[in-house]
Amino acid sequence: MNEHDKLKGYKGKAREVLESMGTRVWADVEIETDKGIYEGIILPRAEQADDLHIVLKLETGYNIGLAVHAIRSIKEKAFREAHYKIPEQEFPYDPIKLNVTLLGTGGTIASRLDYRTGAVIPAFTPGELYGAVPELADICNLKTKKLFGVFSENMGPEQYIATAKAIGREIEAGVAGIVIGHGTDTMHHTAAALTFMIQDSPVPIIMVGSQRSSDRPSSDAAFNLRCACNAAAHGSIAEVLVCMFGPTSDAYNLLHRGSRVRKMHSSYRSTFRTLSDIPVAKCTPDEVNPIKKDFRPRRKDKNVKLDAVFDDRVAIVYYYPAMKPDIIESLIDNEYKGIVIAGTGLGHVNKPLYAPLRKACRMGISVMMTVQTLWGYVQMFVYDTGRDLMELGITPCSNMLPEVAYIKLGWVLAHTHDREKVAKMMLTPINDEITEREPHDGYLIFQGGLPEVEEFLKGRLR
Amino acid sequence: MSNAWRKKLIEGIDFDDVEFYGNLGFKCGLEIHQQLDTKKKLFCRCPVGYRNDEPDAIILRHMRPTLSEMGTYDGTALMEFKTKKQIIYQLYRGNVCTYEMDDTPPFPINQEALDYAIEIALMLGCQLVDEVHITRKQYLDGSIPTGFQRTAIIGLNGWIPYRDRKIRIQQLALEEDACREVQDKGHTIIFRTDRLSTPLVEIVTKPDMHTPHEAAEVDELLGRLLRASGRVRRGIGSARQDVNVSITGSDRIEIKGVPRTPDIRPLTHYEALRQKALLELRDKLHARGITEQTLKATCHDVTKLFYDPQERKRYGIPDDADRVNAVNLVGWQGLLKHKTQPGLTFAAELAGRVRVIACLDRMPNILVLDNQTEGKLHGETDVPVELEEHVRKAIGADKNDTLVLVWGSVEDVKTGAEEIIIRVKEAAEIIPQETRQHMVDKCRTDFERILPGPDRMYPDTDSPPEAISKERVVRIQGTMAPKPWDREKEYAGMGIPAHLARQLAIHPNARFFDRLVGGISINPRILAEALVEWHRAIAREKLAAEITADMPDEQRLERFFISAGKNRTPRRALYCTFRLLLHGLYTKDAEPPAPLSTDELKSLCEKVIAERKDVRYKTRKLTLDFLLGEVIDQSAGRAEPEQIISFLENRIPSFQPAV
Ligand SMILES: [Zn+2]
Repeated sequence: MNEHDKLKGYKGKAREVLESMGTRVWADVEIETDKGIYEGIILPRAEQADDLHIVLKLETGYNIGLAVHAIRSIKEKAFREAHYKIPEQEFPYDPIKLNVTLLGTGGTIASRLDYRTGAVIPAFTPGELYGAVPELADICNLKTKKLFGVFSENMGPEQYIATAKAIGREIEAGVAGIVIGHGTDTMHHTAAALTFMIQDSPVPIIMVGSQRSSDRPSSDAAFNLRCACNAAAHGSIAEVLVCMFGPTSDAYNLLHRGSRVRKMHSSYRSTFRTLSDIPVAKCTPDEVNPIKKDFRPRRKDKNVKLDAVFDDRVAIVYYYPAMKPDIIESLIDNEYKGIVIAGTGLGHVNKPLYAPLRKACRMGISVMMTVQTLWGYVQMFVYDTGRDLMELGITPCSNMLPEVAYIKLGWVLAHTHDREKVAKMMLTPINDEITEREPHDGYLIFQGGLPEVEEFLKGRLR
Repeated sequence: MSNAWRKKLIEGIDFDDVEFYGNLGFKCGLEIHQQLDTKKKLFCRCPVGYRNDEPDAIILRHMRPTLSEMGTYDGTALMEFKTKKQIIYQLYRGNVCTYEMDDTPPFPINQEALDYAIEIALMLGCQLVDEVHITRKQYLDGSIPTGFQRTAIIGLNGWIPYRDRKIRIQQLALEEDACREVQDKGHTIIFRTDRLSTPLVEIVTKPDMHTPHEAAEVDELLGRLLRASGRVRRGIGSARQDVNVSITGSDRIEIKGVPRTPDIRPLTHYEALRQKALLELRDKLHARGITEQTLKATCHDVTKLFYDPQERKRYGIPDDADRVNAVNLVGWQGLLKHKTQPGLTFAAELAGRVRVIACLDRMPNILVLDNQTEGKLHGETDVPVELEEHVRKAIGADKNDTLVLVWGSVEDVKTGAEEIIIRVKEAAEIIPQETRQHMVDKCRTDFERILPGPDRMYPDTDSPPEAISKERVVRIQGTMAPKPWDREKEYAGMGIPAHLARQLAIHPNARFFDRLVGGISINPRILAEALVEWHRAIAREKLAAEITADMPDEQRLERFFISAGKNRTPRRALYCTFRLLLHGLYTKDAEPPAPLSTDELKSLCEKVIAERKDVRYKTRKLTLDFLLGEVIDQSAGRAEPEQIISFLENRIPSFQPAV
């Protein structure tokens, strides 16, 4: 089925009927069925839907489905193909404003409807963005470059490397800041990758996405984009940062360090949180207010350390109580070079895994231990289990998040496979993926329902 | 607004004057919104509820227009965006979850609600759709946190009988209810989310009503049909109606949220007259050579003319207005005085737009300077001619021009002046399609927003389509309530008086009545009385707090009426025992009593006559009545009055005058 299919999305019986009636999608028709007459435009059908109905858009704008078996005749009156397109306007250039480049990777930051799947697909040009969010022109001169158009879950090493290189080129070209549009599901993986691949950037590198696609009036996309462009153009923090909603209200965004951030809710707007630390800054479309004092400030030069490599023979193993040795065995058999374990508690796995883990270490595989509690440090000296595991050759990764450890291990393994060197690189923080201290408020999950919490939250924008 | 004013507006009007409204080309259609009586909401598992207490939490949101599926922006959406509102939602732990907050995608549609909607669509004789497609209908006014209402067509092309013709039902949609507005001031609007996402059906009629009276009657008829279904919620805010009005030469205008059915009459009447007035204004403009193309309207910043606080006071412009703009309407002299509604002129149309779209809601929000025109204009401020001259000179206005002043913050005044120009341009060409709200007198209307069109519809990518199976339709048809007008006829045939048949046809006990009436030997009229009138009367009795008047379960009730039929319980005795039953004071297996046998009645009468032999009234009739009452009381209603009378008449044959 191609883009120019006259019966887009229709299959089986429905397709047969439409074909036999000599009609097509976008035809403005009068349909006679056993129940009566219907008038409207035949719409394309989602591919996953059944082959027993056709979709009709009525004059009122409503869509309905009609059973094909009851159709007696279809009379085509006109043909009205829809062109779903955000109005494109040339993004204005103002010589006194700073230049920002928006690199597009996909995601819902700008999107349009896809009839084939019935889902929203990314759409992206500077003109479209300006058409949708004209306020951006008050902040900066925006240039956009589409790197790829993939959903978040399809981002991988190849894309990390291409993105890092593109960022390097933009920095050399002298932009004031970079914004990266990204789907939210794996934004924290990419944020970690970019943290390691682009070090000592002179300008902010701001990752942004949206939790409500921009085809919704309540979308967070426009606010996120404005905050991100402002942080990129005017912010003083030259790091890889994730810029997403602070609360679920349209109030302010937070800038999270790319090495300590994680998506924590499947659908909430304020899904991104800094773990075991506090966010770097609070921001709005007008200003960036640092919360942390220690950050890498913006510089005037164009120097950057680009180190865009990745070895993808790395796996992350989320330990569960009855895990069998064959899970580890299969990684060994498939020639993986690195394993990150998300262990229980302070960093533990059960005894039956000792043998395959020992084998893995002996065969030169780097095995890292992190905690599935997400908050807190790996501490393998407290219990015998931990000491046993260290003897096997497993490296405790302090308070590095499991996903960050996975990304970092892939990046490190592209430099060396020497287990000792790998361990040393893993434990040398590049930008707070390991911190020496966890502040008292680095772990903060309020429990709703407690009177004092409810009192604190009363009247505050959530 | 005084009652006298409203009375003056309504008095002496024949709202069913077919000739008058026929000449106007009056056409009216209804959109009825009725909440369904489901346990849970439409797209999440929250219980439906109504709250008036302090909210547990608040959130702040903004809305932006998005493209429709056909690739265009909706006019209303753009208008709402211009208002730049901060939208606050009040949340309640018990009735709201992250779905209503737009922080969780929808759960599968509530099947109970879908069943009810199908049932009502069938009652309206609609063609059911074969597959339900959930659509997003954009609302940027903030009334729904997602910015759209999830809605789906269930049935099309139905009809109901009215005055020997058919009123066509265009469609029935199942949709989620919106928030309740708590406050709207300046750029902040506050909504309460309790009723948000409650399932409701929206029934849209074709514009088949030809007089205001017909519109009100059809509204009532549809209301009766909905109640007859037994599937709808009652109580505050559970049913709301919008009314569409047009006349020859105009497009439809929607009057939103008409509070009560009878208000439909004056509201649609005055709306039709407003449209007529606007058409006349257009003709006046054309006669002056002013069309949409030739119309000249310019905007001028005249803030500097109003630096002096004294000067401001004379114009009624508040001190905190940072900007004052004057819109010059070239050649409009006198036309803003054109009457549109009782006591209102075309200037009110401008004020309405400025109030809503520019959020300049401190009234008066505009001031008309209309060179030498006598009397007060909208804003009720008299401006001395010499002051007016001052402004005219400053912007070089001609004496035939009309000026409109608007003031407030710089941003809002800019929007306000733009809206004035948009509205006067429309006046030269069309009657703009608007949603209007009723004013306090419930006769006149004021601008609410631009009427949304089909461009605000968008398929809901979060919800899959759902086929309506044949089995499902058959199952629903099996338990579907008859239409109230069919029921009424049927009840009349059983000898139930019209007023009672009318009540019973839409009564919650109607289904029970229908099931019971054929199978038992009780008089249908008495059964109807018991289930409707007695029940209501007994429920209203003021009794000790621990005694309620709840209907017992249907099985108990059925046993009760079966034995009443079997025992041939007299009407009065049935009432007494029914009352005890409802009060829960009746033993579990007690039955309504049989009537007294002839012998029992005879001896009771003898006993009463003996006890009361000293009582004398002026007439024999009064004496008989007194004795009759005594016998009825002592028999607990177990004898029919006719029977008692005939016995007493034989026993007391002659007149015995009072001593
Ligand atoms: Zn809910």
